[in-house]
Amino acid sequence: MIWQQLQSLVGSYPLALRGLGMTVMLSLISLVLGTLIGFGLGILRTGGNRLVSGAIGAWVDLIRGTPFLVQIFLIFFILPEFGIELDAFTAGIIALTNLAACFICEIVVAGIRSVPTGQVEAALASGLSRWQRMRQVVLPQAMRIVLPPLVGQYVLLIKDSSVVSAIGLTDLTRVGWLVVQRVPNGLLVFFLVGVGYFIVCYPLILLARRLEQRMGAAHGEVQL
Amino acid sequence: MAIPDTSHYCLLTTAYSLTMLENFSFRTIVEYLPLFGQGLVTTVWLSLLSFAGALAVGIVLAAMNLQRGWLFRVPAKAYIDAVRATPLLAQLYFLYFGLPRLGIILPELVVGILALSLNSGAYVAEIIRAGILSIPRGQVEAGVASGMTYVQRMRLVILPQAFKVTIPPLLGQAIVLVKDSALLSLIAVAELTRAGQLLASDRFMPAEGFVTIAAFYLLLYYGLKGLAALSGRWLGLAGART
Repeated sequence: MIWQQLQSLVGSYPLALRGLGMTVMLSLISLVLGTLIGFGLGILRTGGNRLVSGAIGAWVDLIRGTPFLVQIFLIFFILPEFGIELDAFTAGIIALTNLAACFICEIVVAGIRSVPTGQVEAALASGLSRWQRMRQVVLPQAMRIVLPPLVGQYVLLIKDSSVVSAIGLTDLTRVGWLVVQRVPNGLLVFFLVGVGYFIVCYPLILLARRLEQRMGAAHGEVQL
Repeated sequence: MAIPDTSHYCLLTTAYSLTMLENFSFRTIVEYLPLFGQGLVTTVWLSLLSFAGALAVGIVLAAMNLQRGWLFRVPAKAYIDAVRATPLLAQLYFLYFGLPRLGIILPELVVGILALSLNSGAYVAEIIRAGILSIPRGQVEAGVASGMTYVQRMRLVILPQAFKVTIPPLLGQAIVLVKDSALLSLIAVAELTRAGQLLASDRFMPAEGFVTIAAFYLLLYYGLKGLAALSGRWLGLAGART
């Protein structure tokens, strides 16, 4: 019986590959978009305008305070009521990008705040423009704080992409769900699904850990 | 730079987006309020149970992880890494579809609590480990010099100090757990998100259903966040006193 199941699993191989491809593609697109938007939001949030900063803070809080599943349902079922027709893939990308942007915004804000005021003042005194200050003085120093949690956030993003299977996208988790209907061995099927995610996520976890150590060491050097 | 408290903006933006939806039926929400109430109560107590379970799992894992010998440390590390590198939904399905295979038939609710406990336990273990490792080495050495046994050192020196450090991140993990519990709706546990799904499918009113549960989750979120801020202040004071 186990032999039959294994054969059936091998038969699902193309489906599994497609699922993995979908997971990687979803994560990759929203990772890139989310990082760009997240950095933008973070810079705007630490910029002077109170209204902009407050609005971003409120939005980030809304997103951090609700489950991702609920956000996906809201986007997938409610945006059409505003006349915006979405397929599941676009809805998934929007939801994931939004989630990533909000969390990355918080990370970037923490990084920018960690840069000593003296640095900004020195840049001001040197006559650098706002953009120059941000790009040449603040951001490079903030990256030391930003980088490790940023990579950690990417891991969370890949894992959260499994939730979009709830609106019917055939990602890796959904493939597991489909296969388990035919091959009634949940342990084996979802173990393999787990292996798929592990292969993608674990190198990133190791990278985050390494970065944390290296950045910590670099920080120690500066303090000495 | 001071950032103004933004919670009232949230309510404003929510209210504004509601007025943009035509035919938003508050009456249906009121009609379904008992269902939402039940869902909220279920979400709260299943989160509490899962958090208790996560604490138990986390303490055991952290203790294993802090051993010098590899016999306990390696399995604990492997478990923590495996949980952290795979999504909760896959873990949930693993238990949901996998346990019956082993002849263990459990109600969905129990499977859900089990999955949440086992998942959060790995993160709790890391928090506890970080807390214990944050105690300066000198404290332990002073304990040894005072002739304390291992248990005495743990109980009187390390744990009281580590406890303080771990409370805020533990509350953060509690927030994550409450949000994660929404996934249990996918295995038909009658919690808050499930209540929203029912309204969406019974009456074809997804907006009413999901906006309402989002509001309820925000309520829980702000409650826990307030608690975290309070505990931080309280612990900060306690820290200053010693």
